[in-house]
Order: sequence, then structure tokens, then C-alpha cells
Amino acid sequence: MSETITPTGAGAGSAAGAVEPPRGGWGGPARRWLRGAGEAFLRRREASVLLVALGLLVYFQASTPIFLTSDNLRNIAQATGPTAIVAVGMVFLLVSGEIDVSVGMVAALAPYLMHYAIDFYAVPAIPAIGLALAIAAGIGWVNGFISIRLRVPSFVTTLGMFYLLYGVLLTTSHAYPVAIPEATKGTLQTWLGAADWASLIWCLLIVGIFHLVLTQTRWGLHTISVGGNPLGATEAGIRAGRIKTGNFMIASVLGAFAGLLEAFRINSIDPNIGGGTRITFTAIAAAVIGGTALAGGSGTVIGALFGMLVLAELQNGFNLLGISANSFFLIQGIAILVSMIANQYLSRLRRAGRT
Amino acid sequence: MTHPPTDPPHTHPPANPQPEARTEARTDPPAEARTEARTDPPAETRTEALRVENIAKRFGALTALRDVNLHLHKGEVLGLIGDNGAGKSTLIKIICGFHRPDRGRILLDGHEIVLRSVEHARTIGIDTVYQDLALINELSVYHNMFLNREHIRWPLLNNRRMRRLAQQQLDDMGVDIADVTTEVAKLSGGQRQAIAVARSVYSDARILLLDEPLAAMGAKEGTLILDLITDLKTRGDVSIIIIAHNYAQVLQVCDRVNVLQHGTITFDKPTTHTSQQELTDLMVAEYRTRRTNRTTNRHR
Repeated sequence: MSETITPTGAGAGSAAGAVEPPRGGWGGPARRWLRGAGEAFLRRREASVLLVALGLLVYFQASTPIFLTSDNLRNIAQATGPTAIVAVGMVFLLVSGEIDVSVGMVAALAPYLMHYAIDFYAVPAIPAIGLALAIAAGIGWVNGFISIRLRVPSFVTTLGMFYLLYGVLLTTSHAYPVAIPEATKGTLQTWLGAADWASLIWCLLIVGIFHLVLTQTRWGLHTISVGGNPLGATEAGIRAGRIKTGNFMIASVLGAFAGLLEAFRINSIDPNIGGGTRITFTAIAAAVIGGTALAGGSGTVIGALFGMLVLAELQNGFNLLGISANSFFLIQGIAILVSMIANQYLSRLRRAGRT
Repeated sequence: MTHPPTDPPHTHPPANPQPEARTEARTDPPAEARTEARTDPPAETRTEALRVENIAKRFGALTALRDVNLHLHKGEVLGLIGDNGAGKSTLIKIICGFHRPDRGRILLDGHEIVLRSVEHARTIGIDTVYQDLALINELSVYHNMFLNREHIRWPLLNNRRMRRLAQQQLDDMGVDIADVTTEVAKLSGGQRQAIAVARSVYSDARILLLDEPLAAMGAKEGTLILDLITDLKTRGDVSIIIIAHNYAQVLQVCDRVNVLQHGTITFDKPTTHTSQQELTDLMVAEYRTRRTNRTTNRHR
């Protein structure tokens, strides 16, 4: 990051401070240097979340020796994987200026769709999975259509969709869990979540791909554009509606995929997977802790992964330390608030850096 | 000399002669075209790049444009002035494909066109610098310069190429930006404006629409943009419409001035035949009549 113009205000602190480190004392230069360093630290938001994740790792390992055993790492990976995949889709939506709170319900519904297709309509396993993902894409499209064309705020649209899907799920499943269809057992189930590290590998693959999509492709650039400056992006000829609808579809499909992975892993299809809203809100929390702005225009996929890792570490570590699971939510709440305050502070710094 | 409407070539649509004339004009060596444009007096002999006929546009109860007729010669710089709310920006947004007119038609090189979108207008050579600049603060200078026109090495962006070209184009224009990877949010108002103009200039546009290009400019940067427009004019292959409030600048850089009042063009003269005083008087007169009419008639 080079400052090409002579910034005034907060920016000057960083530029001047970075060049000349303080020579002792707690006068102006030292404080400016600290502020500059803090700013540089905050600028790489993924880096700061990664530091938190590493710090937690060190702390928990120091407190309990089993934290870094391979069994426990697998637990953390399994807690991280599926929700991080949902968080990836959430990042895309948040960056383009929208939100989807129905995605957790899509995750719960998708395994049922697969189960209905296989067990009631005798569809082969792989097409049935494809069908479940396609229906998820359709749900995403409907979310997009209602939010963009009919101009209902996406929070409200997807809140409605959340209850609608919940109703569909409960009526069609009679609220009973079912077993994984026979047709998917074996290799397919192993690959799609049952193997120890399957969900983490899928998660890393998806994070890698979508990180590239967000930072290195037209789609990513236009996603940032429609979230950052909706009118400007439209004036430049970007079809904002298309981009946003596409991102709704991405979020839904990733949600469905995460739901399938989770169902295969726990070897059962459960209408209360993730407790309904839990997946959605954890994914939003991960995205936000990872540095994605709710107002749109900026966010990182890798940050969301680290954000999810932090949350998974916290939950797991608390379990190992024997701290009540109830206080985990306390920590999660504080983590969200702190990262949002940091986010706000950061954007104010950025604005001040502009002359 | 007033402007006799040149016999509009679109009234007889036989497809044959038209494309021929067009290809001829295109294959002309540019040097020749340039001398032609310079030696000839304006009007009659020059080819028409853009023609707007009977354009009307309403937004609900608000009539933005009643009946707009406007033409633009090849290589000409047309100044469009008018009060706030006269409909200038609406007209620009119709010509650039952002809004669709309720009525009327647009002819490009004598052929009627129906603009489906901004993207469509861009592909046929109509590009715009908007009043609000349409820059994305979160993106770098070079990503903004190639916004929605990105160079691709499928499936990824060709960032290296875009960086190089952006730096080159800005240097050519004399815009002082040391690092094109800087986020646009960090630049000054004038630098942002310069980037928006540079973006359109290098888009190979045939028709360039500038909506208040000098609004956020300091004296130095304003001169830069004016020089740039003059430069484009001498090259002669771009036709430009400029919306501006500063009449001195309009007279300095434009070939012809149109005044838009109450959603229609009320005045059309070459800059050599008008003066700052005349334009000012015209606008003041409009204000006077509007004040007297205010109770009975509400124009916007």
C-alpha cells in the first residue's frame, strides 16, 4: 500500500510513522507510530483474524494438552468446514450489498430433497444430489427475484423464505429424521463428508476457488462494485440485478452443499440440523469477524474461513476446559461486537485517509 | 448564421447507399478527414454522428423532457447548458442507454438505434462520464479504469495488462497518479474526475458524453480536462457533448451551444455567433418568465 498523495489527518500518522520509528519516549511520534502500526495491522483484516485464531490455539493448547491432538483437530475441522462453506456464500452476498438468512434452512432442506428424490422417485444418487443443488439454486433465484425485481429488502425476503422453507421441511418430513439413502452409502458418502477430513478438504477447495472468484475475476470485481457503489456500477453498465441474483444462487447452493456434507457426516438426515437459524447466524458471524462489511463493497473469503475457525476453536476449547457451553454464546457475541466496532473504526480511518 | 437542419439522411431508409457511405467515411485516411474538418465551415458538408429526434421522457408526474431535437456532427464539441432540473442529465442518460425515452428516436451515423442498455450503448461507441463519476471507491484505479471492460485471460482478470495500460493512459493524459493500484477512495476529487474522463476517452468511443466534467475540478485539473477535450477535438474522430455551468469554459472549448429549457432545446448557435452575455441573458430571462408563471404553471 503506497500513499501517493500527502494525506492529512489519520493517514499522515501512518505515513510519517512508518518511515521514522520513534526514538524513545512517549511523545507524539510514538503514539503516531502506534496508531500507524495499528492501522497497518487492521488493513490486512484476514491477518488480524488469523492472529486471533493462532492466539486462541496457543492459549487452549497451553491450558489443555489434548487441544492439538489429531482427534481434536478433526473435531475442530468438522465444526469449521460446513459452516465456513455457508460463510463463503454469505461473503459474496454481503459484499454485493445483500443478505440471506434463509440459507441455513436450505442446508436443512437439501438432504431431504435428495432423500425424497432417491427413496420416493427412484432417482439415482448423483442426479438426486444434483437435483437438490439445482432446487437450492432455484430458491436462491427466487430470493434474488423478490429482492431485486420486487424490491423487497433481502433481509425481509429471506426471512420469509426461511419460514416458508421451514414449513415445507416440517410438513414433508413430518419433523422426523431419516436415514441416509442406501444408494449413497459407500464411496459417495465417504467422499461427501463421512471421511474424517472430507468436509475440511471440501471447505478449503471451495474457499480457494471462491477467493479467486472474488479477487481475480470479473464476477468478483462486479460483486464488489454493485455493493460499493450501486448507482455507479449500474451507470458503468454492470447489471447489478444479475450479479446480486447470481450471488443469492451461489449462497443457496453452497448452503445446500454444506447441508449435504453435514448429513453424510452425521449419517442421518435431521430437520433440526444446526438448530435452524444456527448455521445462518454462525456463517454471518464468521463473515463479519473475518472483516466483511455488512454495508457491502468489501469482504474476504479467506477472512470468513479464519472467522469460522476462531468460532470453532472457541467452542471446542471451552468444551475441553469444561466451561459451560452456554457461555460460548457470550464470547461469540462479544467477538461479533468487537469485530464490528473494529470494522467501523477501520472504515472511519479509511475515510479520513482520503483527501 | 443559424443552423439549417441538414437534410436528414434517415428519412429515406433504403439500406443500400447508407452503409456504403459509412464504410467510405471509415476507410478514409484519418489525416484527410482531419484537414477536411478543419478547412470546411461547420454544418452542411460534415457528416452527422448523432441525431436525437422528438425525445420525451416522464418520470411519473414529472415531465423531464418534452420534445428534444438535437444533432451532433462528427468531430464536433457541443455544449449543452440549462438550469438545474431542465433535463440535461436525463437527456444524457437517454443517449447513453441508461433511461429509455417514452417517445422519439436516436440516430447514430444516420441509422436509427434502440439502446437496450448502457452496455449496449458502449459497444456501439457511446460512452459517458457521469456527474457522480461512477467510480467504485473500494477498487483500485486500474480496476476502475477498466470497469466492465476488463481485460480477461480466461477465467481470470489480466491484471498485469490492465495495470500497464492504465498507467500508460494516465501518463499520456498528464494525470499525476503515481500508483494505479491505489484505491480510488484515497484520491482527491480532481484525480477522481480525471480517472473517470480518462476511462471514457480510452474506450474507443465515437460519441462521448460528459456530464459536468469540470464540476469538482481545481484550476489546474480543470485546465487538464479542457486541454484533453481540445486535444480530442483536433484529432477529430470523437464527437462530444458537454454539460457545463461555466459559460466561459463552454465558449472556450465547444463548437456549438444548445440550451435546454423546460425539457426542450430553445437555442442553437455556433460558439462564434454567441457570447457569454447572450447565454446569461437567456438564462435570466427564463428565470423571470418562470417566476411570473409560477402560480399557474409548474415546470421542472
